[in-house]
Amino acid sequence: MRARWISVALAAVTAVALTACGSDTADTATTAPTGGSSSAAGASGPITVFAAASLTGAFTQIGKDFEAANPGTTVTFSFAGSSALATQINQGAPADVFASAAPANMKTVTDAGNADGTPQNFVKNQLVIAVPKGNPKNIATLADLAKPGVKVALCAPQVPCGAAAQKALQSANVTVTPVTQEQDVKAALSKVTLGEVDAALVYRTDAKAAASDVEGIEFPESANAINEYPIVVLKNGPNKAGGQAFVTYVLSAPAQKVLTDAGFQTP
Amino acid sequence: MRSRRAPLVLLVPALLGLLFLVLPLVGLLYRAPWTTLPERLTEPGILNALKLSLLTATLATAGCLVLGVPLAWLLARVKFPGRRVVRALVTVPLVLPPVVGGVALLLVFGRRGLIGEWLDSAFGITLPFTTAGVVLAEAFVAMPFLIIAVEGALRGADARYEEAAATLGAGRWTTFTHVTLPLVAPGVAAGAVLCWARALGEFGATITFAGNFPGKTQTMPLAVYLALETDLQAAIVLSLLLLFVSVVVLASLRDKWIASP
Repeated sequence: MRARWISVALAAVTAVALTACGSDTADTATTAPTGGSSSAAGASGPITVFAAASLTGAFTQIGKDFEAANPGTTVTFSFAGSSALATQINQGAPADVFASAAPANMKTVTDAGNADGTPQNFVKNQLVIAVPKGNPKNIATLADLAKPGVKVALCAPQVPCGAAAQKALQSANVTVTPVTQEQDVKAALSKVTLGEVDAALVYRTDAKAAASDVEGIEFPESANAINEYPIVVLKNGPNKAGGQAFVTYVLSAPAQKVLTDAGFQTP
Repeated sequence: MRSRRAPLVLLVPALLGLLFLVLPLVGLLYRAPWTTLPERLTEPGILNALKLSLLTATLATAGCLVLGVPLAWLLARVKFPGRRVVRALVTVPLVLPPVVGGVALLLVFGRRGLIGEWLDSAFGITLPFTTAGVVLAEAFVAMPFLIIAVEGALRGADARYEEAAATLGAGRWTTFTHVTLPLVAPGVAAGAVLCWARALGEFGATITFAGNFPGKTQTMPLAVYLALETDLQAAIVLSLLLLFVSVVVLASLRDKWIASP
């Protein structure tokens, strides 16, 4: 009983916080209840969404839009690394939806029998080379990262952005010795923002979000290392109908526009 | 001898507290892959991280001794304006989130940092992403532990011995090395061990300031964090190793505390 009270209180607090800080944009672009027939039907109450950290910006907006389109619902997010979220879900965390940044982390959840239905890919993300504003080392291609005197940060091969970076570098036949292998994409990006490295391989969405400090350089080999983002409703979530409505909404046109505006690509 | 029977009101929460602190460690032991432990421990990645951790923690402690003992002496024995403020500043890294410490170090010693930019242009030295950077990050976080321990020992030590040495003609330096230091040696040792243990477990400042590169800046705590991404078993093995080292260190520290006056 007490646990439920706490979660209700948390949801309420989060809802207040979200509406308080989102009053500027939320009202203008969001009054299109597309997919209303499917989502409005059973959607009510609090919905808990576990989502990859890279979705933070876009999903916060989508959550607000969803709440506007489905009165009576409140969406609470837990943003973290996909593997940490997958572990939490498999350990019994009460979430309704899981949006992962990589199929591998989704697989740990489906393998454990915690998914309700088949995960659907809703966006994909591609790597770009992030360089400090002005591109002081004149980096134009992936091969430039291997030049002497160029300090590069990559994600560690254990995390999804690192695995993607390895794939891209391999397909380009370029060997880069990074000065550091960061634990997530944001850490790699911040090393560029701080000017400690000359370049890093990060997701396009991250480079776009940091556009005031870094430039993102597209490179053709990134096509060989595309990251798919799957989403699924969870079996043990307390609000499955709400979770299903949210997943449907994420796949709808208005949500997809928010995601592409953030730099994601449609699958 | 006082009564040995503790009142239940104290005993129950005390035991619960003990359980709360020890249970996670038991969990680690319980889930450890004991059968494959020997081969996992000898994996080159693990050994590299362990070696680097031991080396950097030791170097950081040495640096802290050289700088921290005089600073502790200054705080304990010399009256100067603003001493309270200095004491507060010295202990800031204790409560500062280590990641914040790492960011602060980057802003000063980074390639674009206040001092780092000059180091780079004048000497070609860059500290981030180097083993020296790891030592720096660990020393920043661990030094307050040493200073607090040594300052406490100095305050507890009887200053009359120092005065006696001075009246017998010993210079200030001789007094410090021949009277003061031996007097507070147990405190210094305890502080050094605590400092070493803290440096060994440092994570946030290290990964922020020195980055993560196997063999160069990847210490044990960083290796644990990354192992969690792929292989829970490997993470448990690494954690177990760190736990073992920490317990050994803290157990020896306990004796030092008891030995000190």
